[in-house]
Amino acid sequence: MSKITSDEVRQTATLARLELSDGEVHRLTRELDAILGYMESLASLDVSGVEPTTHAVPLDMPLRDDVLEALEPHLPVDLALLDAPKRHDAFFEVPKIIEVTE
Amino acid sequence: MKLEAVIGLEVHVQLATRTKIFTSASAAFGGAPNSHTDPYTLALPGTLPVLNRAAVDAAMRLGLAVDCEIASCRFARKHYFYPDSPKGYQLSQYEEPLCKGGVVPFLLDGEVRSVRLTRIHMEEDAGKSMHLAGSPVSLVDYNRCGVPLCEIVSEPELRSAAEAGAYLRAIRQLVRWLGISDGNMEEGSLRCDANVSVRPVGESKLGTKAELKNMNSFKHVEAAIEYEIARQSDLVARGERVVQETRLWNADKGTSHAMRSKEQAHDYRYFPEPDLPPLTVDPAAVERLRAQLPELPLARWRRFQSLGLSAYDAGVLTADRNIADYFDGVVRVGVSPKLAANWISTEVLSRDGWRVEAAALGELIALIENQTISGKIAKDVFDKMWATGKGARAIVEGEGLTQVTDAGVLEPACRAAVEANPKQVAQYKGGNEKMIGFFVGQVMKATQGKANPAMVNELLKKLLA
Repeated sequence: MSKITSDEVRQTATLARLELSDGEVHRLTRELDAILGYMESLASLDVSGVEPTTHAVPLDMPLRDDVLEALEPHLPVDLALLDAPKRHDAFFEVPKIIEVTE
Repeated sequence: MKLEAVIGLEVHVQLATRTKIFTSASAAFGGAPNSHTDPYTLALPGTLPVLNRAAVDAAMRLGLAVDCEIASCRFARKHYFYPDSPKGYQLSQYEEPLCKGGVVPFLLDGEVRSVRLTRIHMEEDAGKSMHLAGSPVSLVDYNRCGVPLCEIVSEPELRSAAEAGAYLRAIRQLVRWLGISDGNMEEGSLRCDANVSVRPVGESKLGTKAELKNMNSFKHVEAAIEYEIARQSDLVARGERVVQETRLWNADKGTSHAMRSKEQAHDYRYFPEPDLPPLTVDPAAVERLRAQLPELPLARWRRFQSLGLSAYDAGVLTADRNIADYFDGVVRVGVSPKLAANWISTEVLSRDGWRVEAAALGELIALIENQTISGKIAKDVFDKMWATGKGARAIVEGEGLTQVTDAGVLEPACRAAVEANPKQVAQYKGGNEKMIGFFVGQVMKATQGKANPAMVNELLKKLLA
């Protein structure tokens, strides 16, 4: 039985804003199905005696002191806006993003 | 059918750190548009988050102040696409928040109530978008993007707009008290969404809720909840169904409207942030923070009442930690708490700033208590203290304002007042006892306000008997 349907792949692609052709949907469905199959073989292992791991690397969270770096903590505005598709004065300009019904 | 409202609040508090939660760009409010960005804020490729210690400490202090369990935790990516979030996800916490449970006490009509918390978690703020009326574009400023937030999620235990408002005020009081946020709703450092539903009284199942947004003052929060309760009650009364939706409050119209429901069913695809290891909480560090917590507003409110203050006065003096500290400073001098409370609420809080130090006000009140000066003269002395920064005793001695309590001086003054006003004497003797005030006034005028009023009163009564 397949672990994922092509509809679920399409839905996931929509959420991730990915535009997929029918061919890509079929290929990805097959590949994801195989990946989920590997997961299933992991699930068949008995891990009852193993401590749960929350992260692959045994590191403590490094913490940073709350200080503004003395040297150029910020990008100059023109540099910050350099890659903006469009700018309006010192703002990034984007298509209107609020949607309401009255 | 009698209905009850069920309200839960999600409150976002901006933490007053110098830098952002995952990068060392400035977290200051305002600034020229896009002047507080750096490569991480703009999600440029190759940048990685590094957690701000001060933000964690602030969140833990908040959690400890409301009795949360402080737990080791993880950050998670919450995915959504919106121009205010350059990364395409918000770093938040999902299954493992920093603070679990907790209880927030609050005052409503002088009565202590409380609401339980589900959790408090840490996350980053989004940028700010501006929508120009009639324009097909929006403008985005990323200065706010990445400012540390705590989201405080309450259980759905509030039952009225007034309770919700009182709870929210208690949160603001607390975050200011702890010094972790300025709690300013107008500037957005305190924000609130409300989940509101109604159900028949006695029913334990929750009704379908609406989520209210866009309320940027305490008044708006209360009005929007009030409106929503009425709207849903109306639907139920007409036999219609409440639809689950997000509604935006329109303060000008005093109504709310539904947001377009395209993305109502959120699918944020949370997953653990791979670029950050789990945050392990050291129990000893937590205990150190707990031990350093100040006396909290409710404890102080109770202690002030145990000093003889009314619940109302205790409330005024604990509205803000600076006021409470000031009051404690005045009382430490050894003067009557009641008198100190009166002086602070009438004289100090009516002015801007703290130009007369607590100990200096204590010295002035002590001069009233030991009858060196009258309360009336004391007000003039206080004005001079405020204006010149001089001490109470120095002003009283320097200007010869010491109260006259010598009967040898007061008696002739009283006699003179009586002899000069035969008409008023006749009225007094005719039964108009209020006339005594007139004579006291005459004596006070003759002594430039320095006569001890109680003694003058007594002497006059004897002379007029």
